[in-house]
Amino acid sequence: MNDALGEVQSVLVLGGSSEIARATIEALPRNRLRRVVLAGRQSPALEDAALHLGNAGIPTVEVAAFDAIDTESHGAFVDEVFDTSDIDLVILAFGVLGDQQQVESDPAQAVQIATVNYTGAVSVGLHVARRLRQQGHGKLVVLSSVAGDRARRSNYVYGSTKAGLDAFAQGLGDALAGSGASVLVVRPGMVRTRMSEGLPEAPMTTDPDVVGRAIVQGLRKGKHTIYAPGQLRFLMGAVKVVPRPVFRKLPK
Amino acid sequence: MTTSSPLEVDERDVLLSGWGRTAPSGARLLSPHSAEDIAESIRTAGPRGVLARGLGRSYGDAAQSGGATVFDMVHLRSFDVDLGAGTVTADAGASVDDLLRSIVPAGFFVPVTAGTRFVTVGGAIAADIHGKNHHVEGSFGAHVISMRVVDGRGELLDLRPDDPATEQMFWSTVGGMGLTGVIVEATFRLLPIETAQMSVDTIRCADLDEVMTRMIEGDDDYRYSVAWIDSVATSGRGVLTRGDHATIDQLQATKKTAKQASPLTYETTSLPSAPPFVPGGLLNTATVRAFNEAWFRKAPKNKAAELHSIPSFFHPLDGVKDWNRIYGPQGFLQYQFVVPDSAGWLVERTLSRLRDVGAPSFLTVLKRFGPANPGPLSFPIPGWTLAADVPAGNERLGPVLDELDELVAAEGGRLYLAKDSRQSPAMLAQTYPLLAQWQAVRDQMDPRGVFTSDLGRRLSL
Repeated sequence: MNDALGEVQSVLVLGGSSEIARATIEALPRNRLRRVVLAGRQSPALEDAALHLGNAGIPTVEVAAFDAIDTESHGAFVDEVFDTSDIDLVILAFGVLGDQQQVESDPAQAVQIATVNYTGAVSVGLHVARRLRQQGHGKLVVLSSVAGDRARRSNYVYGSTKAGLDAFAQGLGDALAGSGASVLVVRPGMVRTRMSEGLPEAPMTTDPDVVGRAIVQGLRKGKHTIYAPGQLRFLMGAVKVVPRPVFRKLPK
Repeated sequence: MTTSSPLEVDERDVLLSGWGRTAPSGARLLSPHSAEDIAESIRTAGPRGVLARGLGRSYGDAAQSGGATVFDMVHLRSFDVDLGAGTVTADAGASVDDLLRSIVPAGFFVPVTAGTRFVTVGGAIAADIHGKNHHVEGSFGAHVISMRVVDGRGELLDLRPDDPATEQMFWSTVGGMGLTGVIVEATFRLLPIETAQMSVDTIRCADLDEVMTRMIEGDDDYRYSVAWIDSVATSGRGVLTRGDHATIDQLQATKKTAKQASPLTYETTSLPSAPPFVPGGLLNTATVRAFNEAWFRKAPKNKAAELHSIPSFFHPLDGVKDWNRIYGPQGFLQYQFVVPDSAGWLVERTLSRLRDVGAPSFLTVLKRFGPANPGPLSFPIPGWTLAADVPAGNERLGPVLDELDELVAAEGGRLYLAKDSRQSPAMLAQTYPLLAQWQAVRDQMDPRGVFTSDLGRRLSL
């Protein structure tokens, strides 16, 4: 259960190797954590994340096989996790960026990005929402992106999946209103993670721990949507009204 | 035809939280009309279980259970007073408020009342509430003669402390936070009174030492005793109020009789409600300081045998409906511990640590407890109990309360479950050494685990 001061006891991370998810867990105000489930495809990064959290003193850290693309398996997977104990916090953190140049010459890669980032997220998101609704409490954090706020030449396939995911997550939050469960949509700017490695840094590029702290703060205050860092809200407000001919010419 | 969505929320769904308005959860609210209704719901309970809820005055998550069916007990509220025996048999949903309106004019008082009269009989037993008379007369459970409880199989049990066959179940239900069964009715002893007035001695004390010394020296001479502490002033100055029900003679010695039709006339007054929405941050160090200053000044320096009404002596905050809203959207919590006399220093430490993090308590109450009862989860043990109200929005609060928890535990103290909304399962297990004994009885009374609460889940009860 979450407590009066916003502490949680159990967390499910979908995309268990996510650096932002890990930073979020580390930013929780005090340590009441008893169970963390890191769900994802087998990888050294996933094992590393589990080892790290285990060393941080969390009593139970489970690694569970989960594939965003395999939507048929999502229902049984979510049920198994929730049947063991209530989950106070679910972080939907998986996603792929892709390479825009390659994607344009190989649309199959675009399908892959869309399937993971959008289709897979919608599938597992609905299953998670069903269980949160049943337990009458719990928070679902959905990692969207400022890339979904306005399509950019340099990453519009990725951006479009995040735009879709963002709209889905907002609607899901409305569907759950009054149930005790809620959804927090998080729109980070560029974050220094494995995903963005080697790319030129955008304005207001930040680190995972800044995003993690913003998420914990947002959860505590009962927010529905946050930007990370927070000032991006104003930047994106401006970006959204820049005329397209001008926007196209802005530096990537 | 359409299939209904698993996400659908309808009018039966309610969000429930405690008096502190923190960490709400969703549940189905059901208004049972009889013990049989309750038994039937228990027999057909789903995987999320059931829980009884009274007037929701527990501060934390005791009377809520996410996804469960929650019984709204306040509709089962009739009661019968046996004037000859001086006892009452009441439905679990009858409130102390209901009872007082009827029994005070008949010359009786409840054996124990909390700082609010808006608690139900079922809640009073489940939390084993205490009042200003604990040092003399113990907690509520000590005055219960028998109770009827629906267990986890849907069977109606008659539990008595003087029956060896049900004694353990009785004491596990007293203080059992509703997790051993649903209390549907209880019979308990009343206190005979001559008047509806209180005779009160008030002493304003310059510092915490004086408050505590006077309490140690003089509390035993009074049925009721409590101290209010100025949490903002580093001196820990306070106001000690002690008294008893006024006798007819005491009443006749004053002019007040002329105004009243009968010495047993009982009246409550209501001030306006707190507004429905209050922004966060209204209660800051400055406003808390001003309030505490005013509270201290309004008390007489030293006054003996002053007459007070029952509401003003026992339930001063009940005059302001929904006063819990003043803490704003993030709500508040009450940190209440008890420690043995040897750890009286923790009172000062707690107040100073709360000041350190800018969370001075708005309302702080200190009192002495007498002997414990056999209830494994009953809160009171002999010593000092301090209750401090603090806003939950303060981010520095958590670590400080955890630090205080450790000191409380090390000194052999514990926290009150009816107030708790944040302690850890380890803290609970360490400080309630009879937990395993309680769990064994609970498992016997509720073998399927039908009774659930957010508090139970949070603390791994």
